[in-house]
Amino acid sequence: MSVRRLAKDQPASFAFAPELSDQVQWWIAKFPAGRQQSAVIPLLWLVQKQEGWVCEPALRVVAEVLFMPVIRVLEIATFYTMFQLSPVGTVAHVQLCGTTPCMLRGANDLKAVLRARIGAKDHCSTDGRFSWEEVECLGACANAPMAAINDYYHEDLSPESLGVILDGFASGHPPAPGSAIGRQGSAPAGEPLTLTDPALYDGSRARPLGGLPNAVAAAQ
Amino acid sequence: MIGILEDKDRIFTNLYGLHDWGLEGAKARGVWNATADMLSQTPEWICDQIKASGLRGRGGAGFATGLKWTFMPKQMGERPHYLVVNADESEPGTCKDREIMRNDPHRLIEGCLVASYAIRAHDCFIYIRGEYVLERERLEAALIQAAEARLIGKDNIHGWDFNVRVTHGGGAYICGDEMALLESLEGKKGQPRLKPPFPAGAGVYGCPTTVNNVESIAVAPEILRRGAEWFLGFGRSKNSGTKLMSASGHVNKPCVVEEAMSIPLRQLVEDHFGGVRGGWGNLKAIIPGGSSVRMIPAEECEVALMDFDDLASRKSGLGTAAMIVMDKDCDIVAAIARLSYFYKHESCGQCTPCREGTGWMWRIMERMVTGEAEPKEIDMLLDVASQVEGHTICGLGDAAAWPIQGLFRHFRPEIEQRIANYRTRRANVPGATLIAAE
Repeated sequence: MSVRRLAKDQPASFAFAPELSDQVQWWIAKFPAGRQQSAVIPLLWLVQKQEGWVCEPALRVVAEVLFMPVIRVLEIATFYTMFQLSPVGTVAHVQLCGTTPCMLRGANDLKAVLRARIGAKDHCSTDGRFSWEEVECLGACANAPMAAINDYYHEDLSPESLGVILDGFASGHPPAPGSAIGRQGSAPAGEPLTLTDPALYDGSRARPLGGLPNAVAAAQ
Repeated sequence: MIGILEDKDRIFTNLYGLHDWGLEGAKARGVWNATADMLSQTPEWICDQIKASGLRGRGGAGFATGLKWTFMPKQMGERPHYLVVNADESEPGTCKDREIMRNDPHRLIEGCLVASYAIRAHDCFIYIRGEYVLERERLEAALIQAAEARLIGKDNIHGWDFNVRVTHGGGAYICGDEMALLESLEGKKGQPRLKPPFPAGAGVYGCPTTVNNVESIAVAPEILRRGAEWFLGFGRSKNSGTKLMSASGHVNKPCVVEEAMSIPLRQLVEDHFGGVRGGWGNLKAIIPGGSSVRMIPAEECEVALMDFDDLASRKSGLGTAAMIVMDKDCDIVAAIARLSYFYKHESCGQCTPCREGTGWMWRIMERMVTGEAEPKEIDMLLDVASQVEGHTICGLGDAAAWPIQGLFRHFRPEIEQRIANYRTRRANVPGATLIAAE
């Protein structure tokens, strides 16, 4: 388990921005009547999108919207590690994957870059614009090592390319997410070795089948 | 030819996102073809076909998917039925469901419709991990396309009212366990529930529920379209079908690829993943199925087959078929210690053996990395591992113990040597001279 506590300095109040209220209702409407509690994780996510982190007054607002006890919302916010309980960098928050598949491909070198450029992990840089943390497997292991920067995945990183990406964020021109070495998704580097048969994509698959194999006639 | 599966037999034809992920592109690749025919058959027929195809759950445990569907009540009672798709892909090494969701979302949605019909559900939730933001956006967009084309939704052209909704988690590995996932879906902490009751009896909101992995659901329609015999034709008996496999770590070209089950592990690595860094002779060990199985050493990698039964006979497992390859240049103890930290971090804290045991195991493993441990601590560590394994509600305790057990099963002398080396370097350790003299 990881010990997670709310930050010491909390704002006085929180309210959902008007443009987010629709999204709040949209999430609640996804679940059956009376089961609005199911929307608690998405709502806390919206809070984090608006504020950058999840503050204590927001927990009360979410509890009120979902008719939940505040303690239950607090449980959720501290249990799920995706929720930031203290402010993060305003320009970029880097979540570097440090689990074994990324580690084997050089995540520890990337940590050194982040330490040198941003500072200690889990803290904002001195100007408050950048922060970084080490997270557990983000599920892009075929493109290791990788980091999620402001939610989107930057993959196949090297210390140099991570530096370039950070420069991009610092100068206000963040690079597009994806592979830093130009790989197409999770295809092997270079040309894909499979899925090269043009017959797969000429529309022949869309032709009517004329009945399914093993189908039972007039089943219904 | 590369590998043993031909392109024409691949199900995920847009695995790399080279083609249109949207509805038009998906239809051209054969998705949504003859779906109405499938739904004109009985739910029993669908379950029988999936059973006959030998499809085993692709999330790791390998439970027969068709059989799981038959556990649902045969009649709709007062409580609605639910299909929950487990898209909380967090197993270290695993990155296959992500490719399905971002590059072929319609295949998943079609699968949801067919599976929901088979279990008599009108409602489906796709629970996707919170970090997959791009994938979630893709899925939501694909759902809108499908609803506009009246493929899903109320009064759709298939004649089976069907509502599918995407929700997301908050970055907890434990929510990949189906019981924890249901708790999380209900808006609680993801702490697994005790079984029984099983989800088919009382799942989400206390209603009959089936939880399936993304890949299991997404392949179902294609099996019906081509026939169970076609799917059965790949792999050995009881391990049939095709499977998304991936590699990370020390291979030359890590990637995700669809291959036939029971492909020899070495052929998979050499053909698809560009071989091991520095050549096959440089291989040390492979963890073949995501992090939560025991590793197999290089000698066994030579002959192992990528299927459930062969790897189980080697005291490992297929898991998600996402292999982590480690060559001789890497510090294998540090790699496993990092996994121990992962399990310590992700333990939900509900069962004492796991909450405390994962922390102990990690701390001892960290000392093993430097060699700063006592020789007798190896047995102590294995004892702790065996006491965590099998004594927890969910499988996380087992998953935390297995990598460590696998490491010591094959590389114990190496770690003993490391401890001895540390002691000879530091003469002030009690007994160091004796150890050095041995």
